[in-house]
Amino acid sequence: MAGFLARRLLNSLVLVAVAASLAYLLAAAALDPRSNYADRTPRPPAAVVDAQLTALNLNDRTPLIQRYATWAAGVLHGDFGRSVTGSPVGDDLRRRAGVTFRLVLLGLVFGSLAGVAAGALAAIGQYGWFDRLSAGLSFVVLAVPVVVLANMLILAGTWANERLLGHQVFLVSGEYSDGLDAGFWGRAVDRLQHLLLPTVSLSLGLVAVFSRYQRNMMLDVLGADYVRTARAKGLSRRAALVRHALRTALIPVVTYFAFTFGVLLTGATFTEKIFGWHGLGEQLIDSIFTNDVNTVAAVSVLAAVAVLCASLAADLLHAALDPRVRAG
Amino acid sequence: MTLSEEQFAEDLTGGPERRPPSRSRVVARRFLAAPRGRAGLTLLGLLFLLAFAGPLVSPWSYTDRDFTAFLQPPSAAHWLGTLQTGADVFAVTLRGMQKSLVVGLLAALVSTALAALVGAFAGYFLGWTDRTLTWLTDLLLVLPAFLVLAVMSPLFGSGAWVLFVVMLALFLWMVTSKIVRGMTVSLKRREFVQAARFMGVPPVTIIFRHVLPNLSSLLIVDATLNVSAAILTETSLSYFGFGIQPPDVSFGTLIAGGARTAVYAPWTFWFVAGLLVVTVLAVNLVGDALRDAFDPSATRTR
Repeated sequence: MAGFLARRLLNSLVLVAVAASLAYLLAAAALDPRSNYADRTPRPPAAVVDAQLTALNLNDRTPLIQRYATWAAGVLHGDFGRSVTGSPVGDDLRRRAGVTFRLVLLGLVFGSLAGVAAGALAAIGQYGWFDRLSAGLSFVVLAVPVVVLANMLILAGTWANERLLGHQVFLVSGEYSDGLDAGFWGRAVDRLQHLLLPTVSLSLGLVAVFSRYQRNMMLDVLGADYVRTARAKGLSRRAALVRHALRTALIPVVTYFAFTFGVLLTGATFTEKIFGWHGLGEQLIDSIFTNDVNTVAAVSVLAAVAVLCASLAADLLHAALDPRVRAG
Repeated sequence: MTLSEEQFAEDLTGGPERRPPSRSRVVARRFLAAPRGRAGLTLLGLLFLLAFAGPLVSPWSYTDRDFTAFLQPPSAAHWLGTLQTGADVFAVTLRGMQKSLVVGLLAALVSTALAALVGAFAGYFLGWTDRTLTWLTDLLLVLPAFLVLAVMSPLFGSGAWVLFVVMLALFLWMVTSKIVRGMTVSLKRREFVQAARFMGVPPVTIIFRHVLPNLSSLLIVDATLNVSAAILTETSLSYFGFGIQPPDVSFGTLIAGGARTAVYAPWTFWFVAGLLVVTVLAVNLVGDALRDAFDPSATRTR
């Protein structure tokens, strides 16, 4: 087990290193930070632009290999370089990671809990009205891309604010209102109002996926001998279903949960950008528009690390929860 | 069933020369028996008809600008209203749908073919081929697809949408190829593949003639579901300006434009969004019904 884990970790490290290098080389070759200075008035002299770009390790007149070596040496010391505006990328990322974390955590927890509950209910009443309804709804939800869903939610939210409720209940932009002076509870309510719609936009798709997944797992388990045994030895239907069937059926879902969390750290890009949350995903899109090579590379390192950590965590969780995996 | 019983059964059904129904026929019958399959296929057919025959009946083309009608609601002259630029929403939407459908179909085909080839070669040859290909698959899974496509977006401008399709396909195949690899490993031990090997059939021929046809059901279903995945990815990328570049339009660029004016001009957003959802829904319905039709263990009647 230890040897397997060590080999796996080593392999992951190599993968991260190669993925990060590829991302940096691609970004450095395709993005053009020099063009940021082209439409400034008055136009800065070429020598100044060159000096500025060289200081930021973004000068396209330096050979790509040399820029890459400087960048890689920095990353190995924990320094991700500086953005096009000159601020250190690392500090910026740390602040934004917190924002993304707050957004994703709630959406993921809510989405997976609701999805598991819906899937389990659908499996128990297979081909009943709830099963059919949830199947139909998840089909529709899976056909709506996040960019459309988020915009629909914003339109519906503003419509409800104006027509139904008469005052601002759903706030559709940012994480909190700037300069709000309303005490602790006032600010908490304000944050909650900002969170409502982005959380719905993140979790609706997750509910659909998790409910389908959980339903299939649950159906596999419901016919198993040990569930029948549990009923035969006198357990109530509810106890047999919750303690024996649901718990076993949850194992693959838990590992899927861990994996989704890693992917969502940058996968919430669309939700963040449309709802104006200043998180990692928004940073990714903005940095591409501003030709910010170092930030693009740093976000992709983070994304690669998150995905690999998540898949490692998913495997470990699976082994911890399922004795058959450990034995096998 | 003993031997005599088997012979008896054969006699009853009219002897061994009567051919069993072909697999494709069985699958087609089961596919069409499911309401989902019928609904999805009909819907998809109608959408294709609309996308490719619709522009013929519309008085406007997608490049026309009506300078007497900016942001007008639906009327007799403009069936679905106009955009801020004076473009006819009906014509532009159909053009976007054409682009999205073609991009989705091509990307799905390319990615499924790639998944089949990589998975089958890795699973058949094992050893170093397997290790290299698996490593490559893992690498692409780790690279953030959105970022790579977005960074490369300046290359997709002016008519280079074929490159966009290829890049899109490059990030859709990894999971399927892992499944194909696993199935190939188990197929390789089967008697008919062993027999072909011992007769001296070259490995590449075995892969194309014996391995891949046996995975066809998985690949067909995967290709169908990849269509919707490709359409959704294309929409998201184009929404942020990283996909199909103007002056060409796609669902993504139209939704991005429509979302800005949706509050006071709902027709610029809801028609496109609705069509997109219906398209993806139809593709998913077809894929789901196909999966059930191919699966021998699926219950036929409910």
